[in-house]
Amino acid sequence: MTTLIKNGIAYINNRFSRKDILLKNGKIQRIAQTINLDKVDQIIDTSGKYVFPGFVDIHTHLRDPGQTYKEDIASGTRAAAHGGFTTLCAMPNTEPVVDNIASVDYVQRRAKDLGSARVFVIGAITKKSEGLEISEMATMKSGGIVAVSDDGNCVQNAKLMLNCMRYATNFGLPLIIHAEDYNLSGKGQINGGKVATKLGLTGISPLAEEVIVARDIMLAENCGAQLHIAHISTARSIELIREAKERGVKVTCEVTPHHLLLTEEACLNFDTNTKMKPPLRTEKDRQACVKALKEGIIDCIATDHAPHADFEKAREFDQAPFGIIGLEIAFPVLYHYLVKQGYLSLERLVEALTSAPVKILNLPESALKTGNPADLTIIDLGAETIFTPESILSKSKNTPWLNQKVSSKVLYTFLEGRQTWKAE
Amino acid sequence: MESTPQFVGRSLYDLDDYSSDEIMYILEAAKGMKEINLREYKKIPTLRGKTVCTLFVEDSTRTRMSFELAASRLSADVVSFQATVSSLKKGESLQDTVNTLNAMGIDLYCIRHSSPGSPQLVHKYSGKPVINGGDGRHAHPTQALLDIFSIWERLGNLKGLKITIVGDILNSRVVRSDLIGMTKLGMEVTVCGPRTLMPANMEQIYGCKVEYDLAEALKDADIVMGLRMQLERMTEGLFPSLEEYSRHYVLSKETIKYAKKDALIMHPGPMNRGIEILPEIADSAQSIIVEQVANGVAVRMALMFLILGGKL
Repeated sequence: MTTLIKNGIAYINNRFSRKDILLKNGKIQRIAQTINLDKVDQIIDTSGKYVFPGFVDIHTHLRDPGQTYKEDIASGTRAAAHGGFTTLCAMPNTEPVVDNIASVDYVQRRAKDLGSARVFVIGAITKKSEGLEISEMATMKSGGIVAVSDDGNCVQNAKLMLNCMRYATNFGLPLIIHAEDYNLSGKGQINGGKVATKLGLTGISPLAEEVIVARDIMLAENCGAQLHIAHISTARSIELIREAKERGVKVTCEVTPHHLLLTEEACLNFDTNTKMKPPLRTEKDRQACVKALKEGIIDCIATDHAPHADFEKAREFDQAPFGIIGLEIAFPVLYHYLVKQGYLSLERLVEALTSAPVKILNLPESALKTGNPADLTIIDLGAETIFTPESILSKSKNTPWLNQKVSSKVLYTFLEGRQTWKAE
Repeated sequence: MESTPQFVGRSLYDLDDYSSDEIMYILEAAKGMKEINLREYKKIPTLRGKTVCTLFVEDSTRTRMSFELAASRLSADVVSFQATVSSLKKGESLQDTVNTLNAMGIDLYCIRHSSPGSPQLVHKYSGKPVINGGDGRHAHPTQALLDIFSIWERLGNLKGLKITIVGDILNSRVVRSDLIGMTKLGMEVTVCGPRTLMPANMEQIYGCKVEYDLAEALKDADIVMGLRMQLERMTEGLFPSLEEYSRHYVLSKETIKYAKKDALIMHPGPMNRGIEILPEIADSAQSIIVEQVANGVAVRMALMFLILGGKL
């Protein structure tokens, strides 16, 4: 199968230029000013459209095995393709938890058989992510995991965490942490601030995140571990990471689209699609996230795609589960609200969705380069997307942007030369 | 008296949805209802054929009785749903519960629930007006209305009056609704309690004063309100003992001296005598605590009357 993508504005080496791109045998065979070929299976004219390397999400909850009514590997990777993503890293907090090589194999095999995206597996830090005993990281590493994380949970015991870091480092595994001190977060529902006071909801203090960020930076600094901090949400956390980076600690971090775009004010109408961990913070925190992303203190964007069924979210606010979907939403909302409004360059947005995450977990490069796998997405920045329950391909529709219209539309996504998404 | 279109079919989640004129209109209506409650035959036919459901997912005998009496006195039919003896206990969702009740033809819901925002959910699922009878720590607007009514009836006006509310501000839905309603009507509100029981950003959100010292807080108060101190807060590490709390924050003959002479004494009940308030104050001539309960029925009658489009 050969596909010729003509006249697109291609993102190459962090710059944009008009190129023709030929995909053959699953690879990018040629990139040139003009390619004219008679014998191709498909020619896509992309005049005025953008061609990006396939996006990479290092923080996805596919819910498979165990909670396939929320999402499964087939639907989750279809949603990824719809959002321009070609590579995902699956978080291990499934049922059962991916804390053993058999579970790693299961996810990899299903993804290979059914997937519309390439899936890398993240293994648990502790058995069942209970924060009590170190998981069989080395065995899982031989089975292909790219990192360890207890995401959704946080190892509370500092001594154990230090040992986990030392052990993971022994086998070259980065650790991804969900920073949350349980005593400080308690039964909190939203950010511990003005809106929580007004709504009478229990707050989650920013300290719940910050004390663990500080602790794990110190632990990682002590033992030389590679630490990646997931979904950073407060200005103070960012400062802690900035200082650590300046000291040379091996620490990186990610931010979600919702922490870049929304604040606690979004919770005022009790919409359970504004409920997630960490919670939406204040405007000051949000602006700090945007600034840090721009400056590179925040390394990359990750969706924290967390599907929950309608009936679970249609509950009383304090009984609804935490989390929202993000794969299909991320690029359009970030382009619409940050790039189009001039808060972030398109180059940095694409970098934060492609080469930056890849670097953190040492994944195969996602770049438009001859010889690379033909993973790419074609986006029309002038068109519009409306997120409706029908248009969203994820099994779950839990997003605060439901039924909203934003600029840009993903037209095509290719994974190893195979078309995984095409807009109507 | 007659309801006006602006009230008909409207829910009451909290007082911020209602203008000061609308609140005064409700208070005027409550005055008329109070007169009915003083009659020998305390019943008028205005809501005959309407059905009011009290949906109480959190236990409360007093508030539920007050709502049910209010509905009965207006001749509405009343059905009572209590979580402790119902399907919700068996794991049915609020959505399914409301769908089931709605199929039976409910015209108005009065809900009490431990989760903030649940009255809005009941409206979303039923399409019917909902009166919030207390949702978690969020709001308790009918209590605020009866508090304001009680002050207004006694003192004849509201603007410029100083009220000090003392106790567990953090966990009180009454305070939150009182603050919205009272400040809207021009009252000056001071809240007082230890820092561990004081939520963040109170001044910014409500335009009230925050004091941690009781004597300071009571200065020049026209009205003093105590709040129920809940025993379980101790286990949450918010204060060490009821005795120590009492020593610093109890409303007694001794401490009430800091307020204006003859300041009104209020309490939303149920009281812990000897902890947040001493009997010498609770039962004094200044106290209007029992009157608050009577006024609660009148205020709830007024709301049902207005929302269900009653006529007198």
